[in-house]
Amino acid sequence: MTGLTLAEKVWDGHVVHRAAGEPDLLYVDLHLVHEVTSPQAFDGLRLAGRGVRRPDLTLATADHNIPTVLERPIADQVSARQVDALERNCAEFGIRLYPMGNPRQGIVHVIGPQLGLSQPGMVIVCGDSHTSTHGALGAIAFGIGTSDVEQVLATQTIARARPKTMAVTLEGSTPADVSAKDVILGIVARIGTGGGTGHIVEYRGAAIGRLSLEGRMTVCNMSIEAGARAGMIAPDDVTFAYLEGRPHAPVGAAWERALDDWRRLPSDTDARYEREVRIDARELRPYVTWGTNPAQAVAIDGRVPDPESLADDASRESARRALAYMDLAPGTAMRDIAVDTVFLGSCTNGRIEDLRAAADVLRGKRVRDGLRALAVPGSMQVRAQAEAEGLDRVFRAAGFEWRSAGCSMCLGMNDDVAAAGERVASTSNRNFEGRQGPGARTHLVSPAVAAATAVAGHLASPADLAR
Amino acid sequence: MRPVTRVTGRALPLDRRDVDTDQIIPSDWLKRVERTGYGAGLFAAWRADPAFALNDPHFAGATVLVADANFGCGSSREHAAWALEDWGFRAIVAPSFADIFRGNCLSVGLVAAELPDPDVTRIRAAVHRDPTIEVTVDVERRVLAVPALDYESAFALDDASRARLLAGQDGIDLSLAHAEAITAYETRRADWLPRLSSGST
Repeated sequence: MTGLTLAEKVWDGHVVHRAAGEPDLLYVDLHLVHEVTSPQAFDGLRLAGRGVRRPDLTLATADHNIPTVLERPIADQVSARQVDALERNCAEFGIRLYPMGNPRQGIVHVIGPQLGLSQPGMVIVCGDSHTSTHGALGAIAFGIGTSDVEQVLATQTIARARPKTMAVTLEGSTPADVSAKDVILGIVARIGTGGGTGHIVEYRGAAIGRLSLEGRMTVCNMSIEAGARAGMIAPDDVTFAYLEGRPHAPVGAAWERALDDWRRLPSDTDARYEREVRIDARELRPYVTWGTNPAQAVAIDGRVPDPESLADDASRESARRALAYMDLAPGTAMRDIAVDTVFLGSCTNGRIEDLRAAADVLRGKRVRDGLRALAVPGSMQVRAQAEAEGLDRVFRAAGFEWRSAGCSMCLGMNDDVAAAGERVASTSNRNFEGRQGPGARTHLVSPAVAAATAVAGHLASPADLAR
Repeated sequence: MRPVTRVTGRALPLDRRDVDTDQIIPSDWLKRVERTGYGAGLFAAWRADPAFALNDPHFAGATVLVADANFGCGSSREHAAWALEDWGFRAIVAPSFADIFRGNCLSVGLVAAELPDPDVTRIRAAVHRDPTIEVTVDVERRVLAVPALDYESAFALDDASRARLLAGQDGIDLSLAHAEAITAYETRRADWLPRLSSGST
């Protein structure tokens, strides 16, 4: 018999009911809830007279639409009502909530791992597509819609057909200036926006193994940008060292039992994947997007492509539209593109290592005159840790605004929006039209490139600043 | 959710690949706590362009959206399916759909019918030429027909999704049919798995 992949082991271990012609009914170990995709689900429960089956496996926080300036009340009345609804719903159904102002509040995908709630071998869901982030710990984690949120609240289960398996293997070592963000931008550019559709992607190979757990989260986070059902990385000593001692990690004998279990999770040597992609890690570069989907990326040393040079009609048409929206001419060197705003943060790059990487570039330097730069920690704990390390002083001295935790300018649901025509270098995950504000133009970059860009005033790598 | 056996109506062509859910319903609309009224926000940004298909009176009243590959990619917002449904669409035809969006369509009772790229391209072109032609998406038989093109083809729809659409079944009821299995599973879960208490400290 053939061995099993990591994804198959975790999936099969959570099947509550399986029958031919039906999706599997999966048990959910952790359900993360936020203000934006949950109010209608709670209303649905009330209408049907249902309760929450496992409030003890449910955690809520406010992250998407809250201001990142704590001193200010929520001026937007529509957002304020939504945040109030979350607080009322959590109180009514007995769900743990970390609201705005709480020291444990933060972006849902940052706080889950940080609290040790996201663990290897779990099934984790959330009404947010970037739930794939938690796959970095060896969990199956995926985004769901609001009807599914209601179903998980009511039943702690979710019905899904077993996904296909896909391996993305990074062979060799990445160059020194290539970050986890560049790794995933490089992968998405190679396999395309629909390259992972229907599959759980397992990232493998030495270059993945050498990533920190936080870097692995950045990689798994953007699995959805290749359309994948989930992304995951086998748990190893890096994972265990990250988890040990966190508030919700097992302790004592339970830790030992958990370790025994987690060590059995990695894919068997004779496991087969339905699709395999191999990438030479040495070919990866720091990437910058030029278009309006995350696969439209080139190396920072590159130029805006000529749509006419692309392989097929559909890609050419897509590129033409993207360049019109982005107001870019084919052949423009990426380094010649001036930006108005730099956004450092999000569930992709709002963790402590991301802030450190940016601060390392910014120390002793100043943001270009007239450029707006925001540093938004992914959680209040990340913010506190950064302040303990003095990073806030580096950001402030450089001319960055130092904010409280939230999704912020990643999707512009609060006041942190870019104006029409404004060009943003952003460490977030999506460069869709209007994502950061109607008419705003987004270039996805790593934290180091974001910091260098803030100093240079145009897309730049840290090495450019020394030249 | 109301049962859907078959959708017959005029179509609206959308000639763009990788249409993400941020375009289908911009995030500004996600601040609402209501379940209805999202049709007004459907493709809000693109509707600023008078030439956009949704503004073209020739396509008014269309119930079938004929889209392009990877339709509904990006965010998991079910609001995208709500907006399409609220606008009046009952079925979407495309060469491929993003997974989360496809699941959300099923939750809402919107039929997501997948057909080969050349077939969808041909149907879009035909609708551009003559917006009055009718498209039938038959869930019962899993067949899509465009009589004006003399076109009929089976489309991909798994058995379970078909059954749910035909019966208008609620996902929660389907899960609760296995209540005993859920309880039995809970007794087998590892004791180290994390648990939370209520409150906010």
